[in-house]
Amino acid sequence: MRRDRFQSRNQTMNILTEKHDGKTVLSLKEERLDAHNSAELKDRILKVLENGSHNLIIDLAQVRFIDSSGLGALLSGYKNAGLRSGSFVLAGLQPRVHSMFELTRLHRVFEIYANLQEALDGG
Amino acid sequence: MLTFRKPWTAVSGEVPMGNASGTIVNVDILVPNQTRYLGLMGNIAEQVAKELDVFTGDRDTLAYHLNLAVTEAMVNAIQNTSPDDAKKAVRVCMHIEDENLCIRVYDHGQGFDLNAVPTPDFEELNERGRGIFLIRALMDSVDYRKTECGNVLEMRKKLT
Repeated sequence: MRRDRFQSRNQTMNILTEKHDGKTVLSLKEERLDAHNSAELKDRILKVLENGSHNLIIDLAQVRFIDSSGLGALLSGYKNAGLRSGSFVLAGLQPRVHSMFELTRLHRVFEIYANLQEALDGG
Repeated sequence: MLTFRKPWTAVSGEVPMGNASGTIVNVDILVPNQTRYLGLMGNIAEQVAKELDVFTGDRDTLAYHLNLAVTEAMVNAIQNTSPDDAKKAVRVCMHIEDENLCIRVYDHGQGFDLNAVPTPDFEELNERGRGIFLIRALMDSVDYRKTECGNVLEMRKKLT
């Protein structure tokens, strides 16, 4: 029942996954990262890690809105990558999305790059 | 199911006998108790913010903050409603009262003690527990109380 209320019935989140020089880039093609799709993002990140890709870049350039559960899903990815001695960095945060990381002090936790290219160069 | 209850006034400009702000906002919407409606309600909150002529600050920032406050409050309402009540609705109301935008989100759950919700420990990397903190940070006042058939989370934002 909880699943019905908290998640769409089908896996509908649009995420583009690509490999670049040993790093796996997950580009979120969604405007909102909220309690409706955050559980799916968490699952998708975990599957990528379980499949052996341990160095992840999450490209949030198209995300214009994030809520606390979206932040929680990213924290889950960060912790699970850490457990595998991997890396988990964020790229392309829009200013208001970035301000939510500042408000919750999570900008001190995540490695955040201005855009995907900088993350690929430095991450 | 999306119900616009009367009185429904989207947003308008001058009202002949209006309040000091000259703007009337009276939004009263019922949506199903499901997260798929978060985006819809968040977008309505954003549109209300963008039409608030009385607000002199950055309206795009206000829009984001109202979107977030409504989203977090709705998630709170959904979490607080028993799974047995999954078919019940979440009611969201927005109106101007004095010089505040007042947002109320009603739930049918057991309720909780708002004052007992702690500020998150920023050193702990808990995945949950930031929703009420964000509402408190972005709104000027937050109150949670019992109603006849449930509870209401009331949030106010000063407009002037």
